Amino acid sequence: MTWTRRHLLSIEELSLAEIEQIHATSAAFKKILQRNVKKVPALRGKTIVNLFLEPSTRTRMAFDMAAKRLSADVIAFDAASSSTQKGETLRDTAENIQALNADMIVIRHAAAGSPLYLSKILDIPVINAGDGAHEHPTQGLLDTFTMKEHLGSMKGRKVAILGDILFSRVARSNIHALTKMGSAVTLVGPSTLVPHGFTALGAKVSHDLKSALADADVVMLLRIQHERQGHRHFPSLGEYTSMFGLNKTRASWLNPRAIIMHPGPINRGVEIDSELADGERSVILEQVTNGIAVRMAVLYLCAGYQPEHVISSTE
Amino acid sequence: MAVAKPKTIGPREVHAAIERLAAAIEARHPDSKGLLVLGIANGGIPVARRLCARLGIRRVGDLDISFHRDDIGKHPIPKEFTPTLLPGDVNGATVLLVDDVLFTGRTVKAALDELFDHGRPATVELAVLVDRGCRRLPVAADFSGIALAAAQDEDVVVSLHDDPARDRIDIRPREARAQRAASSR
Repeated sequence: MTWTRRHLLSIEELSLAEIEQIHATSAAFKKILQRNVKKVPALRGKTIVNLFLEPSTRTRMAFDMAAKRLSADVIAFDAASSSTQKGETLRDTAENIQALNADMIVIRHAAAGSPLYLSKILDIPVINAGDGAHEHPTQGLLDTFTMKEHLGSMKGRKVAILGDILFSRVARSNIHALTKMGSAVTLVGPSTLVPHGFTALGAKVSHDLKSALADADVVMLLRIQHERQGHRHFPSLGEYTSMFGLNKTRASWLNPRAIIMHPGPINRGVEIDSELADGERSVILEQVTNGIAVRMAVLYLCAGYQPEHVISSTE
Repeated sequence: MAVAKPKTIGPREVHAAIERLAAAIEARHPDSKGLLVLGIANGGIPVARRLCARLGIRRVGDLDISFHRDDIGKHPIPKEFTPTLLPGDVNGATVLLVDDVLFTGRTVKAALDELFDHGRPATVELAVLVDRGCRRLPVAADFSGIALAAAQDEDVVVSLHDDPARDRIDIRPREARAQRAASSR
C-alpha cells in the first residue's frame, strides 16, 4: 500500500492499514533516534510551521524535534506575540504562512475542525496537533504504538480510559485507533464526564472502576481539563480523586501485567498518585519518547504522499 | 520511440556472475572474512547473503537508505522498512557495500550517507551484480558481475530466490509511473 494522504486530520478517517503503516514507519524512525547521529536528511529543504494557538509542552516540542531530526527547517509560531493578537483571522494567518512558502503546517487550535478547515483552503499538508475536544491524532498514534511495544498485537486487548472523557480529544483519537485495531475500550469516570453517547464510537461506558481496572491490559488516565469546563462536572477535585484517582489500593486491582499510561500533563495527586506515575508499570515517559518517532513518521509520510490518481494509474 | 523487447538472463548466467564477483573479491581480499558486508535494502540484501555464503563471511548486515533518498514525494514511500542492521562496528572497518543493480549512482550516494551516520569506515568498496550503465553521479563499482548497456527507459530487475534454479534478471521497458499518470489526467 502506498501512502496517499496529504493531511493528517483525525484517526477516525484512517484505515487500519494506514495506522499500521504509521506504526511501522515510526518503528524505523525510533531506531534512528537510538543512534549516535539522530538525524536523517529526508525532509531537507522543507519548512514546517508549528502553528500552536493553544498551550502545549510535549506535543510542540516533539513536533519541533521530529522536524529537526528529519532535517526540515522549523518555524515556531508564537501566538502571544503574533498578529492574532491584533485580530488576524486563522484563515489569513494560515494563508500568509503558505505565502511565505512553508511546506507544511502543524496546527493546534481550541476550535474543533480548524485543521479540516485549513486543509480545505491550503495546498500544503496540514497536520492536526489537537483541535478542541475533537481529536489529537498523533497522540492516539503514539499511545497505540507504545501499547503495541508492550503487548504485541492489540487485537482482543482491553483498554480502560479513565477520567475526563467528555472534553478529551486524546480519548476520542484513542477510541478510534483502538477499535480499528480490534481492542475493547471501556471508558470509566463520573457519569458527567463519561456520557453514554460515547458508546456510538464503539466503546463501552462503565462507572464501576474496580471491574474495569481488573479487566484491563492498559489503563490510560486523562487529565481533568479545567480549561474546557464551563461549569463544574463534579463537586471538587478532592472528591474526584477520592472516587476515581488512581492510588495504590486501586492499582492493586489491576492485572499484574497491565501498563499505566497518561498523555500528560499530569496532575499529580489528582488523577494519579505520584508513586504510580513514577512506578514500574508506568510507561508515561516512554509515550513521550515515542511521540518523536511517531511525529517523524507522520511528517515524513504526509510530505511524501502520492496523489490518488497517480497510484490508481499504476496499480 | 523504439522500445527494446524484454530480455531475460537465466540462472546459469546469474550464478556465473555471482561466482565472478566472489572470485574478484577474494582476489583483492585474501582474508575476506574480515570484511563488513552490507547489502543495500532491499535488492542488495539477497545478493550480499549469497556472496557471504560463498565466501564464508559471517559479518553481513543490511543498510536501509529510505530516509537518505533525495526524492521524497517523487516515489511512493515503502510500507515496510528493512532497518539498518550492522553486524559490527563501522569505525575503522573495511566495508563492502553490495547492491543488485548499479544505475544512476544515487542509491550508492545515499548508502554512503547512511553508512557515515554510523561511523567512519577505513575503506568502502562497492560490489554490484549488474552494472547497467546510465550513471548520473561519479560512482563506479569495484566489483561487478554483469555489465549491461540497458537503455534509460528500461528497468533491470534482479530476482534471487530460495530455489536458485529460479534466479533471473529481467530487462524490460520502464513502468513509467509519471508518464502514465500524466496521460491519465
